[in-house]
Amino acid sequence: MQDFVQHIINGISLGSIYALIALGYTMVYGILKMINFAHSDVYMVGAFGAYYIARAFGIEAQPGIGSLAILLVSSMIACSILGLAIERFAYRPLRNSPKLNILITAIGVSLFLEYSGQAVFGADPKVFPEVMTDHTLATIFGVDLKSFDLTVLGVSILAMLGLEFLIYKTKLGKAMRAVSANASVASMLGMNPDRIIAFTFVVGSALAGIGSVLVGMKYPKIDPLMGMMIGMKAFVAAVLGGIGNVGGAVLGALIMGLSEEMVVAYFSSTYRDALAFGILIVILIFRPAGLLGKYSVEKV
Amino acid sequence: MKRLLVTLALVLPLMVSCTKKSDEILIGEYDSLTGSDATFGLSTNKGVRMAFDEINAAGGIKGKKVALKTLDDQGKNEEAASATTRLITQDKVIAVIGGVASGRSKAAAPIAQANKIPFVSPASTNPDVTKIGDYVFRVCFIDPFQGFVMAKFATENLKLKKVAVLRDVKNDYSVGLADVFVTEFKKMGGEIVADISYQAGDIDFKAQLTQIRSKNPEGLYVPGYYTEVGLIAQQARQLGIKAPMMGGDGWDSDKLSEIGKDAINGNYYSNHYTVESTDPAVTEFIKKFKEKYNETPDALAALGYDAARILAQAIERTSDMSSKSIRDELSKTKDFVGVTGKITMNENRDAMKSAVVVQVNGNQRKFITTIAQ
Amino acid sequence: MKAFKNPLIALLAMGALALALEFGFNAFFQLMAMFILVNCLMSMSLNLVNGYTGQFSLGHAGFMAVGAYAAAYGSSHVHIFPEPFLMGNYVITTLLAGALAAFAGLLVGLPSLRLKGDYLAIVTLGFGEIVRVALLNMDFLGGPRGYSGIPSYGNFISGFLFASFWVLLCFFTIWRLMGSSHGRGFLSVREDEIAAEAMGINTTRMKVKAFVLSSFFAGVAGAIFAHITSYISPSSFTFLQSVNAVIMVVLGGMGSMTGSLVAAVIVTILPEALRPLQDLTGIDLRMVIYSLALILMMILRPKGLFGAMEFGDVWRKYVKRSS
Repeated sequence: MQDFVQHIINGISLGSIYALIALGYTMVYGILKMINFAHSDVYMVGAFGAYYIARAFGIEAQPGIGSLAILLVSSMIACSILGLAIERFAYRPLRNSPKLNILITAIGVSLFLEYSGQAVFGADPKVFPEVMTDHTLATIFGVDLKSFDLTVLGVSILAMLGLEFLIYKTKLGKAMRAVSANASVASMLGMNPDRIIAFTFVVGSALAGIGSVLVGMKYPKIDPLMGMMIGMKAFVAAVLGGIGNVGGAVLGALIMGLSEEMVVAYFSSTYRDALAFGILIVILIFRPAGLLGKYSVEKV
Repeated sequence: MKRLLVTLALVLPLMVSCTKKSDEILIGEYDSLTGSDATFGLSTNKGVRMAFDEINAAGGIKGKKVALKTLDDQGKNEEAASATTRLITQDKVIAVIGGVASGRSKAAAPIAQANKIPFVSPASTNPDVTKIGDYVFRVCFIDPFQGFVMAKFATENLKLKKVAVLRDVKNDYSVGLADVFVTEFKKMGGEIVADISYQAGDIDFKAQLTQIRSKNPEGLYVPGYYTEVGLIAQQARQLGIKAPMMGGDGWDSDKLSEIGKDAINGNYYSNHYTVESTDPAVTEFIKKFKEKYNETPDALAALGYDAARILAQAIERTSDMSSKSIRDELSKTKDFVGVTGKITMNENRDAMKSAVVVQVNGNQRKFITTIAQ
Repeated sequence: MKAFKNPLIALLAMGALALALEFGFNAFFQLMAMFILVNCLMSMSLNLVNGYTGQFSLGHAGFMAVGAYAAAYGSSHVHIFPEPFLMGNYVITTLLAGALAAFAGLLVGLPSLRLKGDYLAIVTLGFGEIVRVALLNMDFLGGPRGYSGIPSYGNFISGFLFASFWVLLCFFTIWRLMGSSHGRGFLSVREDEIAAEAMGINTTRMKVKAFVLSSFFAGVAGAIFAHITSYISPSSFTFLQSVNAVIMVVLGGMGSMTGSLVAAVIVTILPEALRPLQDLTGIDLRMVIYSLALILMMILRPKGLFGAMEFGDVWRKYVKRSS
């Protein structure tokens, strides 16, 4: 029994990490109808950005909330700038091209970031600075609840609520929804689609930045290919919940995290990654809109 | 027309083969200088280079200087194969020093064997490597021995009766060591309470460790690479698993303690040599290495150093430096005093030597015991 | 030019090339030539799906892996023809390898080809990964240890001619297919699926046909790959290998056979040509350059090197004009 509860806790904590990244995928897809393959690599760059800033300021020696804040801010800034650059230079020129071209470009950007990361940062893993220690906050059923896990879960839920508020209750959110529905009409009505899209990328990337710092604290090993698998699973989570739907991203991510944990615990760890793709295939065949999504008919 | 010129421009560099100076001995080496196991390859390369620099400073082999040509295999098997092909057919080296990972050696050694060029692996421990042919040698012990070493250590030194195994199923090195450990430990009367797997590249092991925790093992055997072992140790301690962890030479890197921090301290692994050895050859080697590269050599650097020197001595002993005579002299290597121990080649062209067991203590590796074949 | 369209003449040309390579160049170039042939098969087969049918498949390495392992296993166990006709054995194992890969293509294609664009890409990527994970777990095929001891083709000439035979088979099959009503079906799926459906073309069946044929040749490519490097392991068939194939198709021009062939040659030779640069800087530039090339191609010249033109069209357009 104790083990089962431990697995549930592990699964939820894994899922909340996927949630932070899945939110980025879902936002970009919602507005541009494209899968931003490079999102997970933006996440990776955020982790390295925080790593190098920490080294530059010698933060390792001063753990505490202040250092954490510095790491978070530097990661968010690095990610946002990178996200903006990618949008401006790689995606914007292809705004009116066939979907296939954008997809190929996205893959190209992802690979470029990964391999330049290897070239610039070095392919072997680095150790993320330890700025906060992990405490046990509570114990239920004999299983410890650690502060890191609760922080990540809390941040994901906060992010989700914040995004829901942004998209449905603010003027900016209304503009985002308008651009998503029909960009040319939106521009005729006075909105600047380029700015709105850029803003969306910034928000998504900033979330990835937060995610990378939190993950770096929990699993202190970072390397240039760290985004690959996490990104894939976060994407599947977003699709599972209904891509374009903010609540769906978090729900899908939690389900992904839990099922992955259960498969590894009770079945075999080798199928851990294959599970993600299995879920994707099943969802796309039986309920392509996702759990919380709406199915839209393609018009001629 | 333009495209034709561009294609030609790309192909022409290949046609220009480097002219070999006749008063140089060309030896080839491939290693993982980039890629995820880069620290292994970089260390080995440093050891090899230092050995040849020393030899050249002392006059070279038979009066000729040694020129070392190193190619990067980027951590990929096919790159190792094409790098070896290039070294042998294009650069015309007289011997190849292979790299670390057995997977790479298994791709590269057949090429050396087919071309009858001697191939010396510094650190590939998988038994299949030397079975490829009689031109393939290694200067390290093989995995079955390592698995046996830790099984013996667990039984006799740590007095463990119940051990759990956590293996990297993506890595044949890890699988090989785990299999042998399981067999030997059972033969010595122990019980394997769990045999669970993970994959290289994973960062979360809580699911597997929770399973292991429920079986209450007295020890944990994790024969993986340092890249994952550090995290595993941390997460094991977080889950409250206090049992000592054991592993193989894949742990040997200073990154292990960086990643594992406190959690990895107090755990044991089998290795090729220990920095704490009082053997003058070893202390001399460590001193020279520190002067040259400003870091403490790890086991791979030591093995690279030994591999290069064994090869050089074999070439020196031949009369004509032909491939066949180099191969014969290599197989006759007996009681070679290396920094990784006294090395003798057995009939399988594997090195007969002992292993040491060390304990992790921050950046130090405390020597515990030596276990012989 | 018309002469080249005759398969027999093309085979003779390859034979002459084989002789030239055997006696003019050393084993390293010969190895490169074999890799070029394997890449030609990969790029031509992927071109059928990505280029002509407009579907985005990112799992080509999975089919290659199926073919490679099937052929490796087969060659070690099938010995029907005695000594002088050893190549007969290889023909059979390669056919079976291709067939197995084609079957895998059917299994993957049937459910997934109902999906559009991005989703199909991810699902095929997933399939490639699932194949790799499955192979890692099949101990009788070696698992992570890989499969070693695969017999080679003997001497270079027989190997080269054998591989060339398959390359030419692939080339002429696709060439003739595209000239038929099936080919037009593929193109119509690419251009406008809804219109094609309205005209009575069963688009799902078309896509599956393209997929299965493409997987067959990917399997053949894998089989040849297994025999030229006598050791294969699941790590040779990762997502990167699929991306390699995609790069070849994109670079050459989606919808151009000549483009795929030229791109295959470039992509095989480039890493070796770049080696001096790499030794100098010490970093793996190949993938960085490839990915940059991918991005730039898509932005600046999405048609690729040859666009949708074949060699004859290029000749007519650029060379004849000057005369």
